[in-house]
Amino acid sequence: MNRHYLDFEKPLAELHEQIEKLRSGSEEGGPGNQKELDRLAHKVRAFEEEVYDKLTPWQQTQLARHPERPSMLEYVEQFVEDFVQLHGDRAFRDDPAMVGGLGRIGNREVVLLGHQKGRNLKTRVIRNFGMAHPEGYRKALRLMQFAERFGKPLVCFIDTPGAYPGLGAEERGQSEAIARNLLVMSRLKVPVVVVVIGEGGSGGALAVGVGDRILILEHSIYSVISPEGCAAILWKDGSKAPMAAEALKITARDLLELGVVDEILPEPLGGSHRDMTRMSRTIRDALVRHLTELEKLDPLERVELRYKKFCKMGIFEE
Amino acid sequence: MSWFRRKLRKLTTTGTERTQIPEGFWIKCAGCKEIIYRKEVDSNDRICPKCEYHFSISVDERISLTCDVGSFVEWSANLTSGDPLVFKDTIRYRERVKRAQKKTGRNDAMVIGEARILGWPAVVGVMDFTFLGGSMGSVVGEKITRAAERAIERRVPLILFSASGGARMQEGILSLMQMAKTSAAIARMGERNLPYISVMTDPTFGGVAASYSMLGDINIAEPGALIGFAGPRVIEQTIKQKLPEGFQHSEFLLEHGMLDLIVHRKQMRETLGRLLTFFGFKEAQPVA
Ligand SMILES: [Zn+2]
Repeated sequence: MNRHYLDFEKPLAELHEQIEKLRSGSEEGGPGNQKELDRLAHKVRAFEEEVYDKLTPWQQTQLARHPERPSMLEYVEQFVEDFVQLHGDRAFRDDPAMVGGLGRIGNREVVLLGHQKGRNLKTRVIRNFGMAHPEGYRKALRLMQFAERFGKPLVCFIDTPGAYPGLGAEERGQSEAIARNLLVMSRLKVPVVVVVIGEGGSGGALAVGVGDRILILEHSIYSVISPEGCAAILWKDGSKAPMAAEALKITARDLLELGVVDEILPEPLGGSHRDMTRMSRTIRDALVRHLTELEKLDPLERVELRYKKFCKMGIFEE
Repeated sequence: MSWFRRKLRKLTTTGTERTQIPEGFWIKCAGCKEIIYRKEVDSNDRICPKCEYHFSISVDERISLTCDVGSFVEWSANLTSGDPLVFKDTIRYRERVKRAQKKTGRNDAMVIGEARILGWPAVVGVMDFTFLGGSMGSVVGEKITRAAERAIERRVPLILFSASGGARMQEGILSLMQMAKTSAAIARMGERNLPYISVMTDPTFGGVAASYSMLGDINIAEPGALIGFAGPRVIEQTIKQKLPEGFQHSEFLLEHGMLDLIVHRKQMRETLGRLLTFFGFKEAQPVA
């Protein structure tokens, strides 16, 4: 097994290593060996149940960014039939950090779009670690309008550290591109379901996140600023990120409490990468359930409810 | 006169830091770097008499420069932010807000109301950069939404003056959601064919730039204003190179197609009046 272990998973790495050694060391064999294996397996279970149940916000952040965490296209491969990927913004270029296309979930045609981080170092670089440029958001915009024109529900996946802060991005109007998506998404007459599958990084995440339903995977995060960025501003010290993660209330449970997400989708023990098939099934079932509910509403009523949903976000006194 | 000279000499010998310039008499222009007699700037609508650099102006000055005398009627002035995250950094968020309120005499970073500009009715909003950097939290988001909704109700155009560092971090994810909320409110106005004019002033960044500020039917900026999504420092750190001269200035944005026009402060009222004349919304509908 060539798994990636996060720092707080080190004890797990050691246990797995011991198990591996026992299994491969054939000379030891016998009932004593089996007993030891059982003992270790029990320790693994105990560790996992203990740790993954009580993850700190910073540990959640690490899991949300786990290098093996399944990406949008991997989920699409799992449960979208006849997927056809569409490319380009028709103005500047095809942004690999944002992907999308059309396909079928069950007996329902849908348009899908979302951020795409790479699956290994090489593709991560090509996909700019899921940080889109304006052309990425404009490609998403094109797909939103495509869904609207053909009356197909829209499914969006969020997984990005944020919109790319670069020279070209500013020249081509990063602000305008994000703002335009917010405006257009808020008035789409087709049902819109959003799933935060990993990292929800600021405006770059929200730019594909204005939906009738916002779902989030158990160990995903969603934040106005990265914990590192927040720590650098508030305490002039990026290493205080764990503190910032705590203060910003970015975990799925916090977000549900704040009314920003509608439902938390449970992940396999240890994170979605531990059992992608099961995670895919959970996401698919949730999508079908929410789309079925949303389709019962009149389109204009849906738009009005979506408006009210976002209007309610915020806390003030008068 | 010798007093002035002494003061000046002292300034030049102790360095050119803005903080070392005595408050009240002299200010250093960020445009031409000259030291200028403050009164001269103030009496010139806070524009540098040497290089036309636009200094920031207060909300009250903005309103009096833009709206017809005595026409501005503020509403929702008592909206105050909550503390959804019970946020604390070096001090508590509640305390931070209180201090800003004391400093500015305002409850949050946005003022909205109804006014007339050269006789034309409009809903007008002005951000206060001196209130926690004009950051957008729940109150700013709610006020912009109310402004847009009032514009719909009264069937008049909306004009918003932005000046902001972006979202208000201390309100966490709820501050991010104000981007969606305000953009949705602007979208609703647009569907009803009501015009929205966005005026970006120095500086307009982050979640504010990436929501209502960039969504004007007409996007205007003051000369030399810094406008962008990411701050220049963040960009420099990311791309590890120096940014070109004039990067993220209004003129840069105009050149790259993000703005309709750059309007000098002294021409702002007349320009807005001309645009309002074009749209032709003569009278506000009575409040239902
Ligand atoms: Zn000057």
